Amino acid sequence: MRKDFAWFVRRGLLLCAILIVCAGIIGTVRADRYSTEQWFDLVAFGLTLGGVYALIALGYSMVYGVLRLINFAHGDTMTVGVFIAYFVARGLEHTKLFETSPAVAVAIILIVGAVVSALVALLVERFAYRPVRASGGFAPLITSIGMSFLLQQTCRGMFGSGVKAYPDPGWLQGSMRIGTFSVPNVEVMVLCAAALVMAGLYLVVNGTRMGTAMRATAEDPRAAVLMGIDINKVIAFTFLLGGLTAGVGGVLYALIYKQVYFMMGFLPGIKAFGAAVLGGIGSIPGAMAGGIILGLAEGIGPTLILDGLGIPAPYQLRDLFAFALLITVLICRPQGLFGEAPARRA
Amino acid sequence: MSLLEVVDVDVLYGNVRAIQGVSLCVEAGQIVTLIGANGAGKSTTLNAISGVLPISRGAIRFKGQLISGLASHGIVRLGISQVPEGRRIFGKLTVSENISLGSFVRNDWHEIQQDRERVLELFPRLRERLRQTAGTLSGGEQQMLAMARALVARPALILLDEPSMGLAPMLVEQVFEIIKEINRQGVTILLVEQNAFAALEIADQAYVLASGAISLTGSGAELLRHEQVISAYLGEG
Ligand SMILES: Nc1ncnc2c1ncn2[C@@H]1O[C@H](COP(=O)(O)OP(=O)(O)OP(=O)(O)O)[C@@H](O)[C@H]1O
Ligand SMILES: [Mg+2]
Repeated sequence: MRKDFAWFVRRGLLLCAILIVCAGIIGTVRADRYSTEQWFDLVAFGLTLGGVYALIALGYSMVYGVLRLINFAHGDTMTVGVFIAYFVARGLEHTKLFETSPAVAVAIILIVGAVVSALVALLVERFAYRPVRASGGFAPLITSIGMSFLLQQTCRGMFGSGVKAYPDPGWLQGSMRIGTFSVPNVEVMVLCAAALVMAGLYLVVNGTRMGTAMRATAEDPRAAVLMGIDINKVIAFTFLLGGLTAGVGGVLYALIYKQVYFMMGFLPGIKAFGAAVLGGIGSIPGAMAGGIILGLAEGIGPTLILDGLGIPAPYQLRDLFAFALLITVLICRPQGLFGEAPARRA
Repeated sequence: MSLLEVVDVDVLYGNVRAIQGVSLCVEAGQIVTLIGANGAGKSTTLNAISGVLPISRGAIRFKGQLISGLASHGIVRLGISQVPEGRRIFGKLTVSENISLGSFVRNDWHEIQQDRERVLELFPRLRERLRQTAGTLSGGEQQMLAMARALVARPALILLDEPSMGLAPMLVEQVFEIIKEINRQGVTILLVEQNAFAALEIADQAYVLASGAISLTGSGAELLRHEQVISAYLGEG
């Protein structure tokens, strides 16, 4: 590798990052202000968030893989699903289903969120992206930014700009004992749901005809066409999968933070996009790993590192911390953790 | 009625005319070859037939049905498969998945399995490597895979774009043997080749493409003896 200026910048930055991380960890360990139980809580919360980020990141990554498009409307597609699921959840509150069989009730709102998000994703693809696809250039990207605003403002117009409290069924408020630790039920539920959905997605992508066609299209669309694959169908299928996973991710996110509002897709959306890039955009395992890593970093990082540096109230800096991590990784490894090195240009 | 008729076809890249007034016929059961120098428009012709490139003039008919204008996946469904230049196998997918994609357009599960077996008998090297990712295959094995993938679509016509490209002489010979074998099994072949000598030897009918237009046509044997062909494409070899 040639040692040019950028190389030194990268090395310097990496060194600084390592130094800061080490200093922080040493500081935290020496101060010894947190109990094992508290650390466990942070890890569990980080994993939970990570699961949600991973679910949302998958849609960015799969769509990018097939279309080379960054779908900026992805987070807002998710918001629509979360809103509709919210109204269904409010309706369910009258039926006592949350008390009698809470798992069924939660499953229902997750499915509603997933299905609605998938429908919106399909509509956006069909009526906004497909017409501009052939024109190439920046048109699809600008369209996706436009769609993002359109969906956001539609939510605002229809559901108001206030923050609505998501139902918080008693079942999710309790916690569960695992050995000497206790884990909130929400986190257990979110992790299980996320794991199930990701396992399901893995099976679909690796074990079905459409899944194989999707991977083939991502690798070489022209050759895929020669196999008799209808690219339009593959793209619709990709948006369908992305919508389903994001819908589940969105409802889980709402159940963790207990609120919905029209802009709620933005922050988790941008973080999930970051997670997808961190893992190597286009790669499905990359999106999963990127999400988990980002969630964990956000959960543990501030306390483990910033606290040791004597920064007060480190937990409020977790977004900053997440993005700093993202940028550091990308400077040192631009293609992401699981991405392939970009083809070298002559 | 010919199996494939290309009538007076033009293809444009932007404003550049890559082929013009190309007409050719492929009779069922034949091996037809299309030879010509680099950039003559051979791949363009095949891609026009496959529907990957739109034609700006003329018509393409398959089994009497007009296919120019159809989407490429529809053309594969009708029975025309292409083995593209440079093989274009899916390197990240396994050999087995690559072969399965070949039969993407079919729904007769039972017969797909039989065809898969037949193809693996034709290319025994692939059977040992079914679980391997296709990108790790050697060039020759990748060519076999590309042909296997096209065959499991059970096409009536197969378009081969430079199947011998970049292969060692021994493998080239093997590839041509396999082409003859495929043809014996009833698949009609339209073969594009740089290796004009080998292609003309096995061809029933041949066309020479020069700067986007057909300049010569005749049986393979006739063109092998044609002085223009000898001086331009056969040379000393
Ligand atoms: N995508 C493209 N855009 C513009 N021009 C192209 C494109 N593809 C091919 N051409 C031009 O069209 C002409 C025919 O190209 P084509 O690939 O069909 O040649 P070929 O006979 O297959 O050559 P080779 O033997 O090198 O594969 C060439 O002059 C080439 O430069
Ligand atoms: Mg060519």
